Amino acid sequence: MGLDLSPFAEVVGPASSGSVWIAGQQSRLTAPSSIRRVTAPSGIYDLQPDEMTVVCGAGMSIDELQDSLRAVGQYVNLPRGDSGSGTVGGALATGRSDIYRLGRGATRDTLLQARFVNHDGQVVSAGGPTVKNVSGFDLCRLLVGSLGQLGFLGEVILRTRPIPQSSRWFMMSEAGPEIVEAILRRVYRPASVLWDGHKVWFCIEGNSRDCDETTRHLAADLQSPTEVAGPPTLDHYPFRQSVPPAELAELVQSHVQQETGQLVVEAGVGIVHRQTPAEPKATEKTIELLHQRLLQQFNPTGRLNPGVSLTTVSTL
Amino acid sequence: MKSDVSVQPMSHTLVSRLCQVLEPRRVHTEAADIDLYKRDASNIEGRAGVVCFPITTTEVQDVIRICAEFNQPFVARGSGTGLAGGATPLDGAVVISTAKMNRLLSVDPINRTAWIEPGMLNLDLTREVAHLGLHFAPDPSSQQSCTIGGNVANNSGGPHCLADGVTSSHILACEVVLSDGSLVVLGGEEPEPIGLDLRGAFIGSEGMFGITTKICVRLMQNYSSVKTMLMDFTSVEAGAETVSAIIAAGMVPAALEMMDQLCLEAVEAYIHAGLPTDAAAALLVEVSGLPHAVDEETERISDIGRAHGARTIRVAQDEAERALLWKGRKTAFGAIARIKPNYYLHDTVVPRRKLNEVLQEVYRIAKRHDLLVLNVFHAGDGNLHPLLVFDKREPGVMERVHAAGEEIVRVSVAAGGVLSGEHGIGLEKRDFMPLMFGPHDLHAQSAMRVAFDPLGIANPFKVLPSPSRCGDAHDIGEDMWV
Repeated sequence: MGLDLSPFAEVVGPASSGSVWIAGQQSRLTAPSSIRRVTAPSGIYDLQPDEMTVVCGAGMSIDELQDSLRAVGQYVNLPRGDSGSGTVGGALATGRSDIYRLGRGATRDTLLQARFVNHDGQVVSAGGPTVKNVSGFDLCRLLVGSLGQLGFLGEVILRTRPIPQSSRWFMMSEAGPEIVEAILRRVYRPASVLWDGHKVWFCIEGNSRDCDETTRHLAADLQSPTEVAGPPTLDHYPFRQSVPPAELAELVQSHVQQETGQLVVEAGVGIVHRQTPAEPKATEKTIELLHQRLLQQFNPTGRLNPGVSLTTVSTL
Repeated sequence: MKSDVSVQPMSHTLVSRLCQVLEPRRVHTEAADIDLYKRDASNIEGRAGVVCFPITTTEVQDVIRICAEFNQPFVARGSGTGLAGGATPLDGAVVISTAKMNRLLSVDPINRTAWIEPGMLNLDLTREVAHLGLHFAPDPSSQQSCTIGGNVANNSGGPHCLADGVTSSHILACEVVLSDGSLVVLGGEEPEPIGLDLRGAFIGSEGMFGITTKICVRLMQNYSSVKTMLMDFTSVEAGAETVSAIIAAGMVPAALEMMDQLCLEAVEAYIHAGLPTDAAAALLVEVSGLPHAVDEETERISDIGRAHGARTIRVAQDEAERALLWKGRKTAFGAIARIKPNYYLHDTVVPRRKLNEVLQEVYRIAKRHDLLVLNVFHAGDGNLHPLLVFDKREPGVMERVHAAGEEIVRVSVAAGGVLSGEHGIGLEKRDFMPLMFGPHDLHAQSAMRVAFDPLGIANPFKVLPSPSRCGDAHDIGEDMWV
């Protein structure tokens, strides 16, 4: 067993105890003041570097967790919040990935096991403690990105990764779509490729000598990339859009030509960081129906994080 | 959800309705034909009422709508290579084979995605995109014959999933026919579709949430350099500790497999690869990526092996030698037939640091039940495959095999492991689910099933335990894969 979740379950309370909101550091979602708030447990319960797993409370700060993991040469693939570190639970509940998704994978693949408190105050376990596990249905995948609507995460087991030997960012200017495409084709598993229609930034992780060779080849075939300190800041792009990556080139070029506001896209992934919100998309009817049925099962009275819509586009 | 789906003899009306939506030659009802579909590779037998071979999404929808109208359970089937009875039809269910829906529909080589039909074989996909320098990462040992649809249903793994993740990490979207015949796309090419990760929930649902008819896969760049090495040890413990030490040193090899002595002997007699048959255990380690990283990791892994007492470290000198070493691993189960005619395989996962402890217990269990056990498994994932070999003609042996198998599962879970790493639960481990999950946990999984299949007709009676058994697990087929 892991953390004792009974005090947390007790404060969430049974189905009859009214609306309740899970609040972390509020770096992603702001808790409404009119609703009773609860906070998930925090702290590392177990860290096993040779298992590449860590057990911690969902209320733990991501920065603190990364600090502890860094001491053993590992990290966990969770994004920080928009305004500060944010908590592990917050990152999982929102489910967004960061700009390294191309190389490091999606946030949703980080969660191996969750112990959460359901709508009736009961502790429920989903997933398993090992990296590989197909025992039963994959409820963990549903919990990631569920905005607390299916249950409140109490304790999680996360997959950790070795910190790469080097992580280096490069930039090329005057980068049209053909340059971006060439980077995607020629760079072996880049960690990130960002493009604003004029410049492209890309991150190569791993052995530094391999990285040098890659950039030498790019210089010979395309143009010489300039090593930069890191990715461009995205502070001025508060809105987020998700599109098929094949549509990015056209989207970016259309923005550049029409001068309709700047954006930075995650090439090969499909995330668009925007200065202005995108047109909302309608949710397909059957998808809506499946959400209704799942919410009926997991949050029948709507008491968990009320007012949050899972099927409305947000800029979270 | 209806927990008591009415199971009736196959109605002539239902069959004639099926023949209206499919060409009659693609609706099999003759006993000799449908008998082939009474089980998957698990040998857990059921009974198919009728076997349908749709070739389009619309036809799958039509078949399922008829099933819904008749309240008739249906079971999706790919190549039938599953090992847990997940595709075993129970009590005359309609089998919907996706084997004829096997086309590669489109490939985007830049963004590394492809749309395929579910009946496409795993290895065929990799072959089809090889000229683009791409491959599909999940590589179950059955990859020559298993379908991607089956991989989705079971969230399959394989030796090379250690670094790149299992099927769920490589599926972007599934077009799915739900149990009422409605069509929906779960997930999408876009990275963050609106709402819950229904795609992720569907993957690994063992055909109980619906049938996928199109799949969008993520493809991986081929590596430019690879090194495969075999290191052998005088004790299983030293091999297991080497596995943990490699991971703790911050390396995640592309593959990290272990074979114990009995397995090495069987394989060597079969393929004559020069394997160290006097070793207690051998590790097959593969490192792939860019050349400098591969060279450096090979060196570091060799050092770790030597520090843990590796007697010899053999690095494959060319592609032919590499292929031979892998052939030894992937054909291990064929080789085992040289020892005894039957075997029963278990698939559990334990924490890496518990590998030796659990393996020693597995040897003790086998000895106690007077059985031979071989181990060939995905050590890097802690994914054990204890293989009990026997001759089923021996009186009383099956009882001993089942008793030993159950003890192995219990020991694995008690060590902090899980019931299955890649074969799934199906019927085989359905009644072991309470070892890992409490009533509230199982209720939550049942709630997922209810949301996706309120009619309860998509492959019922699997995964979730029920008071009565609907199948009886016996021996595993000799031609099975792991």
